[in-house]
Amino acid sequence: MTPPAGSLLSAEQLRKAYGPTLALDGAEFSIHPGEVVAVMGPSGSGKSTLLHCLAGIVTPDSGTIMYGGRELSAMSDAERSALRRSDFGFVFQFGQLVPELTCVENVALPLRLNGTSRKEAERAALTWMERLEVDDLRKKRPGEVSGGQGQRVAVARSLVTKPRVLFADEPTGALDSLNGERVMELLTDAARSTDAAVVLVTHEARVAAYSDREVVVRDGRSRNMERAV
Amino acid sequence: MSIGHTLLGLLESGPRHGYDLKRAFDEQFGHDRPLHYGQVYSTMSRLLKNGLVVVDGIEAGDGPERKRYAITDAGITDVQQWLATPEKPEPYLQSTLYTKVVLALLTRRDAADVLDTQRSEHLRSMRVLTERKRRGDLADQLICDHALFHLEADLRWLELTAARLDKLREAVTR
Repeated sequence: MTPPAGSLLSAEQLRKAYGPTLALDGAEFSIHPGEVVAVMGPSGSGKSTLLHCLAGIVTPDSGTIMYGGRELSAMSDAERSALRRSDFGFVFQFGQLVPELTCVENVALPLRLNGTSRKEAERAALTWMERLEVDDLRKKRPGEVSGGQGQRVAVARSLVTKPRVLFADEPTGALDSLNGERVMELLTDAARSTDAAVVLVTHEARVAAYSDREVVVRDGRSRNMERAV
Repeated sequence: MSIGHTLLGLLESGPRHGYDLKRAFDEQFGHDRPLHYGQVYSTMSRLLKNGLVVVDGIEAGDGPERKRYAITDAGITDVQQWLATPEKPEPYLQSTLYTKVVLALLTRRDAADVLDTQRSEHLRSMRVLTERKRRGDLADQLICDHALFHLEADLRWLELTAARLDKLREAVTR
């Protein structure tokens, strides 16, 4: 397969079934560095499965996924895990912070797992916390901060390794409008400034409005609306 | 928007010339559509005729005379009534989009296509508004939010319709 010119991550003809349920049925996708692409579609349409396949968390039954010139599906589990730690960042609907760690320790965690010293990791973590306007929470634990604050901490954590692709699955789903918008502003500004690509799964149009274009998934098939118009 | 009531309201803080009124209107409300001078003068002469404003003074200059307008008690009452009267909610029951979807189903075209294309167009508008909001001040943000929420409401209808296309097809082609 030839990925679209200049694309960082692309997928072609993805199929994935869970038992008798076909979650993906020939889905396609591509994203460039610095681009924010919204993946939209009704619940159960396959958008989360598409994200999980693109991120190498789920292996498709067939089809190819290319990342930076390498075929993701041909890598071993260990290689894919290493890639996820070094090149990918993740934000989910609920921040999924480690409750026993302070906020700065949470943000520094991905760097610590990659072998960075504590001091250096926390210094980098604080820089990202400042950008996400939560540096004053550094010593608090996740249970002591609001949902909006926790989500900003989670965004800082997802960006601390300077990922080339950020996967965000309903990142504002648990937030009110004002907090959700601020998180989206900060997330997209931060990603664009580092030229990271953002795969943004959302069912909310106001969140999708922060993207550059949208891909619609329905019945396991995707439709790139940029090409369609 | 009622331009007459808005100009009247702007006069409540003190008499102004037509040009000042236009400037104040554009500054507060004319983000996309500044008023034409013609609109200001035709509106003011109507308000004058109805006794809602009076001419407070005239300055002679090189060009046309510059009238200064002041609001009357009747004008203040009129603004008060306008503010106290709720706007009629528009139900948009027979929207063009609904017609297009039904027509696509009746003619055995792909109705989901119609909805996808519309979603894309709505999102395009929402991106422009979101960008303007990011760069704008609080007034810009509130104006854009109003437009964004309306577009979002359309999109929610669109998603719901997309989820019910099979049922709608059955109902309209029965």
